[in-house]
Amino acid sequence: MKFGILVNEGPYTHQASDTAYHFTKAALEKGHEIVRVFFYHDGVNNGTRLTTPPQDDRHITNRWSDLAEKYGLDMVVCVAAAQRRGIVDADEAKRHGKDANNIAPGFHISGLGQLIEAGILADRLIAFGD
Amino acid sequence: MEEDGNPTGVIKKFMYINRRAPYGTIYALEGLEVVLIGAAFEQDVSVVFLDDGVFQLKKSQDTADSEMKNFSPAYRALEMYDVEKLYVEKESMDARGLTEDDLIVPVAVIGKSELTMLMEQQDVILNY
Repeated sequence: MKFGILVNEGPYTHQASDTAYHFTKAALEKGHEIVRVFFYHDGVNNGTRLTTPPQDDRHITNRWSDLAEKYGLDMVVCVAAAQRRGIVDADEAKRHGKDANNIAPGFHISGLGQLIEAGILADRLIAFGD
Repeated sequence: MEEDGNPTGVIKKFMYINRRAPYGTIYALEGLEVVLIGAAFEQDVSVVFLDDGVFQLKKSQDTADSEMKNFSPAYRALEMYDVEKLYVEKESMDARGLTEDDLIVPVAVIGKSELTMLMEQQDVILNY
């Protein structure tokens, strides 16, 4: 089956990103297709490589990055939500005159249209959040 | 707009459900942004307001003192985006002492059971 994944909450505060990760990983291991993982609302905060949790805790951002590398996952961070919350890639940093970027490997910034498209292409769009 | 039209040729039933008050959290504002961007994809769109989400459509919102952005006029623009199926759940409206006259746009007021049937017909439901 083709799944689209929507992550609506940030890491650590809320379990939504953990659950989305475990779902995505399990679906891939079972041979299902993940059309896209889309990060919206505070979910965009999953995509900063500056995340530094205590060493005895899971590293939510790195976990997503590793999964993306292993399976070639398409992980999209919503540009409008990201701009509000200070998540920037190199292009966005340049465009807005910022002195740095913080996007983690495997994530890329794009528009909300990518969410709608995932809803169209997937058999099921599954949202994680409240 | 970066993505325009519907290159896939697929038309699905999309329902956007607004459950939260307009201010206090960002969900209502960012939920509306999805509806406006999604309109370019020419899908079969319904927008539902229930629970505290019915307050999103309240007339005369004044956010000056809280310094929040009053985005309620944008609901009036939905019609221009061909988003014309707006539903308000009757029970939610009644519980909050609101009537259709309190709302900023014309809507269809439907009961919980009718809304349940509508939800069952959808392909994609996004709930904010």
